[in-house]
Amino acid sequence: MNQPNGSGESWGTRLGVILAVTGSAVGLGNFLRFPGLAAQFEGGAFMIPYAVAFLILGLPIAWVEWAMGRYGGKYGFNSTPGCYFAICNRSRPAAYMGVLGLLVPVMIYMFYVFIEAWCLGFAWKYLIGDPALLGTATDTDVTTGTYVLDFVGIKENGSLFHNFFGSSLVHLLICFVLNFVLIYRGLNKGIEWFCKWAMPALVLCAVIVLIRVLTLAPNPVNENQNVINGLGYMWNPGGIVMPETLPAEAPEAVSEVAAVATEAVSDATPQKKSLLTTLSDPEIWLAAAGQIFFSLSVGFGVIITYSSYLKKDDDVALSSLTAAAGNGFCEVALGGMILIPAAFVFLGVLDEKTLNSAFQLGFMVLPQVFAQMPGGQFFGFLFFFLLFLAAVTSSLSMLQPAIAFLEEGLDINRKMSVTILGFVTFVGTMFVVYFSENLAALDAIDFWVATFCIYVLATVQVIIFGWVLGVDEGYDELMTGAEIKVHKSFKFIVKYVSPLFLLIIFAVWIFKALPKRIENISHVEGLALGFIGIMLTFFLLLIASATKRWNKLEKGKVSQ
Amino acid sequence: MNIGGWIIMSLSVGGMSTLLGWCVYKVLSTPGSSEHLHTQNDIDPHDDDDD
Repeated sequence: MNQPNGSGESWGTRLGVILAVTGSAVGLGNFLRFPGLAAQFEGGAFMIPYAVAFLILGLPIAWVEWAMGRYGGKYGFNSTPGCYFAICNRSRPAAYMGVLGLLVPVMIYMFYVFIEAWCLGFAWKYLIGDPALLGTATDTDVTTGTYVLDFVGIKENGSLFHNFFGSSLVHLLICFVLNFVLIYRGLNKGIEWFCKWAMPALVLCAVIVLIRVLTLAPNPVNENQNVINGLGYMWNPGGIVMPETLPAEAPEAVSEVAAVATEAVSDATPQKKSLLTTLSDPEIWLAAAGQIFFSLSVGFGVIITYSSYLKKDDDVALSSLTAAAGNGFCEVALGGMILIPAAFVFLGVLDEKTLNSAFQLGFMVLPQVFAQMPGGQFFGFLFFFLLFLAAVTSSLSMLQPAIAFLEEGLDINRKMSVTILGFVTFVGTMFVVYFSENLAALDAIDFWVATFCIYVLATVQVIIFGWVLGVDEGYDELMTGAEIKVHKSFKFIVKYVSPLFLLIIFAVWIFKALPKRIENISHVEGLALGFIGIMLTFFLLLIASATKRWNKLEKGKVSQ
Repeated sequence: MNIGGWIIMSLSVGGMSTLLGWCVYKVLSTPGSSEHLHTQNDIDPHDDDDD
């Protein structure tokens, strides 16, 4: 079969591709979202549906994506539309169905790089000892809270542009340039090179912060607020009961953030539930499945692209399991042991609203924690630097699918593909940055693309693998070159259990979240939906052009 | 922290750490698996086509 050349790129080492996929999966969700969810659902109980979701949803879909990507790569395709085109016997509709494999990563990048810039900005400010962030500012008008809100532009649309050097725009520019320089350098010299040193550095930073957290002294105001009880808050099935707990007094200088955090603390009255009562709540199953799903980066279109650069007999089964385990380790063993115990020691029990918001936990509550922690400046720097590294390894992976598609679909070179994607993502990011009031644009794209579209894409993927490629052929593809034996129950799980589980989660999510969301669509959300529509049309037109080219190649009308 | 918390924390953290350790061991102990998947000669930078 005639096939596109692709970019001719490939991974340098096996460890490199595993670290790149792990880096793609390890992101802010591991260190901010997971601990918040686990504490909200009485951590110990949460781990049961979390483990189930890992086994029947996360891992099987990750294997599916790795196998599909390598399959497409055999025919010279590196993008989701291209791989679907190859798997579905050169079907153009199948290629169109892969449009979400371009839209999702590109549009997530548009807001993710903005959050990445906050992490870099916070790390820098801790490094230089910014008094406003450390809660030691003498100017009473500059509290940590207002400082943070100004930094991210949450108060007013366009406010970031009024104060370029004092806001996160400088850091955004740095992050944007860093991502595109690495992407331009290519798979081996850019992404793989960066992930090879960033991932170990990230783990090292996390371990140092973890040791600090585990050795914290009890809160002097209330000795019940100690690390052991903090771990109990995170891991006890049924939660904790602390009748004597009172919120700790916050220093005056950090009053604004303290107000947010103290409000969170004071409303919380933990009630002990039995394990069975907790597990009988469908919410916990939905939350665990959602966390596994987003954490492993399945349904993003990223793993397909990464694995397409493997050779046809390279192992994917063990590599995929290793990447999933690496992500799980960062999430459970590092993320699960740092944020909640540390916040508990200084702030006590947090309320559901705070635990549910990664922004509140990461950028409002944590500065309060570091402001009170001995050595907080150093550990604050380490924590936000590790978040920055985690964010870069993820954002890089969001660019590669579109780069691969532009090169294989339009037959353009790296310079041109990087230029086109750079322009498109710059426009999108500026949209997110301008409409920063209450982070409205960010929230809208997060909801419609990073949640809704991901469910759709993952469902499409398991259906194509299980029902179009065929579960037997798919299993044989997975086992080609495999260094571990995947149990044959994988076939049944992928064909029936995973799609059913996904459809149920999707249906419940639509039933619960969608009507409320549609009722309250704001002006900015309407604009964001329009922008998503424009991007969708843009990618569909590109796919139309690409499939024409691929069909011509098939007929030998274009000489390679 | 109660006994259930200790058990679940140990199983979760220990389980993930063990799984990762086993995977890394398998990857590194498989002959040739950590070597280069492709040589540099395989790579066509593709940028020279129309420059």
